[in-house]
Amino acid sequence: MAKMARALTRISLHLVIIVISLIWISPSLGMLISSFRPQQEIINSGWWTVFQHPFDFTQFTLENYIRVVGQEGMGRAFLNSLFISIPATLIPIAIASLAAYAFAWMEFRGRQALFMIVIGLIVIPLQMTLIPVLRLFNRLGLSGTFLGVWLAHTGYGLPLQIYLLRNFFGALPAELFESAYLDGASRWTAFSRLLLPLSVPVLASVAIFQFLWVWNDLLVALVYLGGFERVAPVTLKLSLLVGSRGQDWHLLTAAAFVSMALPLAVFFSLQRYFVRGILAGALKG
Amino acid sequence: MKRGRAHWLYLAPALLMLGTFLVYPTVHTIIISFFGPRSDKFVGLANYRTAFTAKPMLLAFRNNAIWLVVFTALTVSLGLLLAVLLDRVRYEVIVKSVIFLPMAISFVGAGVIWRFIYAYRPAGTPQIGFLNGIVNALGFQPIGWLIERPWINNLALIVVGIWVWTGFCMVILSAAYKGIPKEMLEAARIDGANEWQVFRYVTIPFLKSTIAVVATTMVVFVLKVFDIVYVMTNGAYDTEVVANRMYKEMFAFRNYGLASAIATILFLAIIPAVLVNIRRFRAQEALR
Repeated sequence: MAKMARALTRISLHLVIIVISLIWISPSLGMLISSFRPQQEIINSGWWTVFQHPFDFTQFTLENYIRVVGQEGMGRAFLNSLFISIPATLIPIAIASLAAYAFAWMEFRGRQALFMIVIGLIVIPLQMTLIPVLRLFNRLGLSGTFLGVWLAHTGYGLPLQIYLLRNFFGALPAELFESAYLDGASRWTAFSRLLLPLSVPVLASVAIFQFLWVWNDLLVALVYLGGFERVAPVTLKLSLLVGSRGQDWHLLTAAAFVSMALPLAVFFSLQRYFVRGILAGALKG
Repeated sequence: MKRGRAHWLYLAPALLMLGTFLVYPTVHTIIISFFGPRSDKFVGLANYRTAFTAKPMLLAFRNNAIWLVVFTALTVSLGLLLAVLLDRVRYEVIVKSVIFLPMAISFVGAGVIWRFIYAYRPAGTPQIGFLNGIVNALGFQPIGWLIERPWINNLALIVVGIWVWTGFCMVILSAAYKGIPKEMLEAARIDGANEWQVFRYVTIPFLKSTIAVVATTMVVFVLKVFDIVYVMTNGAYDTEVVANRMYKEMFAFRNYGLASAIATILFLAIIPAVLVNIRRFRAQEALR
């Protein structure tokens, strides 16, 4: 009797987990399947009906992707997202590493206080900065440009990055730097030859978080790139498509998948860094 | 440690960027929140009065409050449930990936995915939205998930947030759960506690501080929630939230004074939550 009760508990445990997993995966699955179905089919039947004849591959088409990437401009948007995300990842990490190095391994008056102020900036929500920065960009001719977005993302990303990198740098043994300095290494040599190579894992986590944050960002792109479709990244382009083609699900599903293909690839190939980066990044204000 | 002045060279680029994009704008926003739409006329607290009394703002505050309670409670408890259940099965890693996956997707992408799930067609036509497909199969009339106010549509939006963030809660809570000494759980079981009692009297007390961290992270997200609402309803049918309201005041109505006042209110509401979070985070040092 007790054995049977235990088996029953086991089975219901598996059942609960499997049901939750199915609930979690079905939205993405529905979108993925729909993005390969012809418009007529999408309008006339739910995506789950493809399972009635799962091996009939003639019910699928690449037409939606071809149209979305070409005519609807998602291809261009994808390139824009790359142009935006790569520099907007590299610039802040370079700047943050330099600052974190100074905070961790240089002695100067007010170091701790200045560091606390920098960390304190994590609390500032984006909304607090939009209007003044937009005005500044308008005056400098930076709105609607990649440069403006790179700079803005750099500013927004720095506090958290400096904080995370300083913690990691600070935990390295002091003897490491002392012996390097004794050997005549300059600060710059110690930084570039010693510190950075030792910090690859943390730099990778921080970089992946920042890259995904920028790639997935809508608000910054919306405000600083607003009216300029030429430079719109995938998120902005996708939200514009929702406005203009809200019921054309064959296009929306394909466009949505184009917008998330790269983050998904990062997720599956670099899962460990990805999870660490996200966990650390959740602190971002 | 080396002494000298070189540290300023290393700090200068960061301080310049922080000053330009965070410090100066914050001060500027606070100042213009006391001025009119075009920042040329001092209006005292008028914008704040509007922010706390205008109807659309009250609606937004109400919705943020609904988000705060429902979203936070469900993400944290679902995350906790999964952390505990998944510890008992061998395919834990796979399921965790499935649950965590939405964290990789933008809120805009998630919004599109879920708009499709909620798609509504009049009764009698084939339903192409997954949820109405199920409702239909059960023999009921299709439901306008994003239209029926005030509960169904707001909850429908909150579900999207839950779908994205539960994985985050699960991963953190799972790591903490695995840190509970196995002997403690076993001892409780040998003493005759059933699984619920073990959960209630051993697991929960042990995870209390982690639960607090996760919950504050969720609160910070809720206060700023924007993309999901912007993409799915843009605040229509009484689904407005504060951050979306701020965006509208800024871009649609060009009322920079009111937009700045809303931003400042948001800022003040977030400060305590983030500070709590930073403190706990410092204690945990999760990245190492």
